Amino acid sequence: MALESLDIRRRSASQTRAPDVRKHTEVAKLIDISRCIGCKACQAACMEWNDLRDEVGLTNGTYNNPIELTDRSWTVMRFYEEELADKGLQWLIVKDGCLHCADPGCLKACPAPGAIVQYSNGIVDFQQDNCIGCGYCQTGCPFNIPRYGVTDGKAYKCTLCSDRVGVGLEPACIKTCPTQALSFGTKEDMIDIANARLVDLKERGFDKAAVYDPSGVGGTHVVYVMPHGDPALYRMPREASISPLVGLWRSGFARTLGVLTMVSVVVAGFFHWMKVGPVDPDALPPREGE
Amino acid sequence: MTNHWADIKNANVIVVMGGNPAEAHPCGFKWVTEAKAHNKARLIVIDPRFTRTAAVADQFVQIRPGTDIAFLGGVMNYLLSNDAIQHEYVKSYTNAAFIVRADFHFDDGLFSGYDEAGRKYDKSTWVYELGPDGYAKVDPTLQDPRCVYQLLKKHYSRYTPEVVSSITGARKEEFLEVCKTIASTAPADRTMTSLYALGWTQHTVGTQNIRAMAMIQLLLGNVGMAGGGVNALRGHSNIQGLTDVGVLSDLLPGYLTVPKEADKDVDTYLAARTLKPLRPGQMSYWQNYPKFFVSLQKAWWGGAATKDNQWAYEYLPKLDKVYDILTVFELMHQGKVNGYICQGFNILASAPHKAKNLEALSKLKFLVVIDPLVTETSTFWRNAGELNPVDPAKIETEVFRLPSGCFAEEDGSLTNSGRWLQWHYKGAEPPGDAKTDLEILGELFHRIRTLYAKEGGAFPDPMVKLAWPYAVASRPSAEELAREYNGWALADLPDPKDKTKIVVKRGDQLTTFGQLTDDGSTAAGCWIYTGSYTDKNNMARRETADPSGLGLTPSWAWSWPANRRVLYNGASCDPTGKPWDPRRALVKWNGEKWVGPDVPDFKVDQPPASESGMAPFIMNPEGVGRLFGADKLTDGPFPEHYEPFESPLAKNPLHERAVASTNPAARIFAGDKAALGTSEKFPYAATTYRLTEHFHFWTKHARIPAILQPEQFVEIGEALAKEKGIRDGERIRVRSNRGEIVAKAVVTKRIRPLTVAGRTIHTVGIPIHWGFEGLTKPGYLANTLTPAVGDANVQTPEFKAFTVNVEKLGVA
Repeated sequence: MALESLDIRRRSASQTRAPDVRKHTEVAKLIDISRCIGCKACQAACMEWNDLRDEVGLTNGTYNNPIELTDRSWTVMRFYEEELADKGLQWLIVKDGCLHCADPGCLKACPAPGAIVQYSNGIVDFQQDNCIGCGYCQTGCPFNIPRYGVTDGKAYKCTLCSDRVGVGLEPACIKTCPTQALSFGTKEDMIDIANARLVDLKERGFDKAAVYDPSGVGGTHVVYVMPHGDPALYRMPREASISPLVGLWRSGFARTLGVLTMVSVVVAGFFHWMKVGPVDPDALPPREGE
Repeated sequence: MTNHWADIKNANVIVVMGGNPAEAHPCGFKWVTEAKAHNKARLIVIDPRFTRTAAVADQFVQIRPGTDIAFLGGVMNYLLSNDAIQHEYVKSYTNAAFIVRADFHFDDGLFSGYDEAGRKYDKSTWVYELGPDGYAKVDPTLQDPRCVYQLLKKHYSRYTPEVVSSITGARKEEFLEVCKTIASTAPADRTMTSLYALGWTQHTVGTQNIRAMAMIQLLLGNVGMAGGGVNALRGHSNIQGLTDVGVLSDLLPGYLTVPKEADKDVDTYLAARTLKPLRPGQMSYWQNYPKFFVSLQKAWWGGAATKDNQWAYEYLPKLDKVYDILTVFELMHQGKVNGYICQGFNILASAPHKAKNLEALSKLKFLVVIDPLVTETSTFWRNAGELNPVDPAKIETEVFRLPSGCFAEEDGSLTNSGRWLQWHYKGAEPPGDAKTDLEILGELFHRIRTLYAKEGGAFPDPMVKLAWPYAVASRPSAEELAREYNGWALADLPDPKDKTKIVVKRGDQLTTFGQLTDDGSTAAGCWIYTGSYTDKNNMARRETADPSGLGLTPSWAWSWPANRRVLYNGASCDPTGKPWDPRRALVKWNGEKWVGPDVPDFKVDQPPASESGMAPFIMNPEGVGRLFGADKLTDGPFPEHYEPFESPLAKNPLHERAVASTNPAARIFAGDKAALGTSEKFPYAATTYRLTEHFHFWTKHARIPAILQPEQFVEIGEALAKEKGIRDGERIRVRSNRGEIVAKAVVTKRIRPLTVAGRTIHTVGIPIHWGFEGLTKPGYLANTLTPAVGDANVQTPEFKAFTVNVEKLGVA
């Protein structure tokens, strides 16, 4: 929220033109899975910086805790055990959270004006004061990220510490990561670093190592280095894309259809009134207690 | 650590065995990441479980808990039989050439001199053959059948890859792959670092686990090298400081030792510790022991310690035996201990065998707990249902709880694993009525001394005459103590080369332990810390400059001894004083003196071995590193595989003799022996450990770590789970012969069943962090299960290898 309105590139459910006097370089967070030790320091830092405290939960037979993303846990580590034909047992540790898509499905799906914004540096941020809690952002998200507040019903997710980035700091998770599994900088630099990491991984026998920056959502501002390449191993979509329903819902056709429906209801009501007349309260059966 | 944290980045191969740094030392683990990223280092993890360290390793090998020596013995056999050792290093810098006494032998699991009734060795044959000149005999050709090299070869020839696989459960090809990678560091320009922690120490063969790796590192020429060494990753941020200042029952500060009853007077005491060289021209630095000792006595008793009263030797307690934690709890259990002061130690959870600990604490008349948190020890009398099934009405122990501040609420230094003393300043005042540990001890001492002064007592002198030169008597400051550890001159100290010059003026701080004297003219509370607080506080230095690029940062904090960053760095040069690997040069001989980016671990103006004969292991009377441990340890000069005291195997596959199945020199009390389980009733190997999210039993009192790892669990392999019909997240009961715990099951591929001695052995993993106090979900103390038996040398309890049974419970 520290970025100024000057930096908003897109705004949900709004037709007004974005300001374009100031441009920011696009930023990105790089998550190098090959360096991640699953220590959850990023989770702790996220709680600390954002002043969030989730429940002290239960264990479900894995190292995942909190078990799921919630309104107060904006990033969680997920642990997957995979027996791979060429590599034997692997313990894949994936930091889950918002990927900050260049083409954000949540923003597209959101019907509340200004509840979701995208800044010119690429960060996608929720503005909870505008959120109506409809749940469409969840449907719109190809990565199943937004979560709803238990009491306020509003949507929450990782802000990529837009308040820190807006004043020239790195996100809290980046600052705390002890092994530099997380890095932050311009998207261009992050892609360069990621590609350099692939060289090292291939030298170590990870022939299929790849960078995950899914083009189906126009690329993301959180990119991964995946040592085994296949996103499905890390429970990420191979072809990330926004549900066609979202396109339909936000399309001119759907809007026209909606407007036509509303107009028809008004017209039908008008004719009903003309023919039947107003409701006569005395003709209604008495309510209980009256 | 022989080396230090940042030095890990210089390694070519990193072996993590007996440790799990990604989880227990995540911040230090960054240097492993650096080595991989910038040095193409290979990371090997050998552990009973596939840990988070293994998740980022190049190779992982699973072994059965308590079989490390079998594995490492196999590595030595591989290196020796494939001639993958650094010959010149082994010849010049180890005792490979030394001749061992002819009557030393090893037979069916026992070394010569075993006394079965006393469970101990007569070590008189475990020594070198001495020549008429009093020096050890050597055979530089290494051909003599009695030389260490030949004995070593013979000893480990039994550890073939097949035997290793059969004992440890590691697959043969995996083991050989590891050997190959380790052997790749034998050339002088490649190094391996060994990172270990409590996974090696918490065994009845703990000391020998570490020795086995030290021997491998000597064979490979990796000791003293940047990126090499044997590196203990300490379990608490200042536990290195604890051992340095001697807070153990048999140690004095700076690794001096508490006198024994046999040390009748100060001369006897000093003579046994002032070690004369075993080879011509060696430094044998412990020859200076009297200087360190007398300076310590002067620091403690000041003017009351004089030459005439044997430097107040009388004031020191004399040990009739070692009062380690197992002994103290045994005595407490026998009702022979009245009171116990427990400072910064959750002993109910940290000593093995919780049920025994409970009974023992219940027999005390009083217990004082000094801690910032409500530890289980401080509420051991509280009934917490099945988690702590005691009847408070039957416990008469009076418990005093003295709330202390924590590390962030006081100034002081923390000594890290790499021997760096790093000064820190308090971030906040202790809350409420809490006082710092220094204030609590200061006041306690002040009041006790007043009582002694007033009422006398059996022997008031050590208390009444103790030097207490602090500005506020009840509240010594961290700075005052730091200056005392460093030490000062009690008289003008003349230059030994020119007596007309004064090196240190009376009252001034000393700058190096080389200035210490045995005539009472210096005082120093911990000789290895001399230099840490000179005219300024060197521990507070924070310069990041690193001219060598090797991560030495000589002006960041201060490293003992003498600000030296890599111990034994004299061995990083060949016998002519040239660095084995010029890219990793720590020191070198320039023809006149030793120079380099690190502080030379050698007499600075002494020519190298080829000219002077002085070898670089200057603390040892031999001058060289010990492949043959001689009589230094209680349980043998060579590490040998012994089964854990609770083993899933009925007998040691290597030995026929029953007494040599487990470590024959390890002490076990009768009651503790009776509490051991059998492999029939408890068929699964078990081990305990830490998780990243928590620090021992502290962080369960803090909300964020409690959120990150909220509820107790036990890890079992998929095969065992299938056998027992246990699913992920179900509650299971884990029993040992000493008690049982109930926890959720984490069913995992990361612990596979092992084939050991022809049988299938399952391993059960038990994290330790839960208890009946704190913000996490209440849980059982894991030491409900663990056996009370310790390492044969230092009595560290065997928390890492014991046996359990597992059963499924009904739906939670």
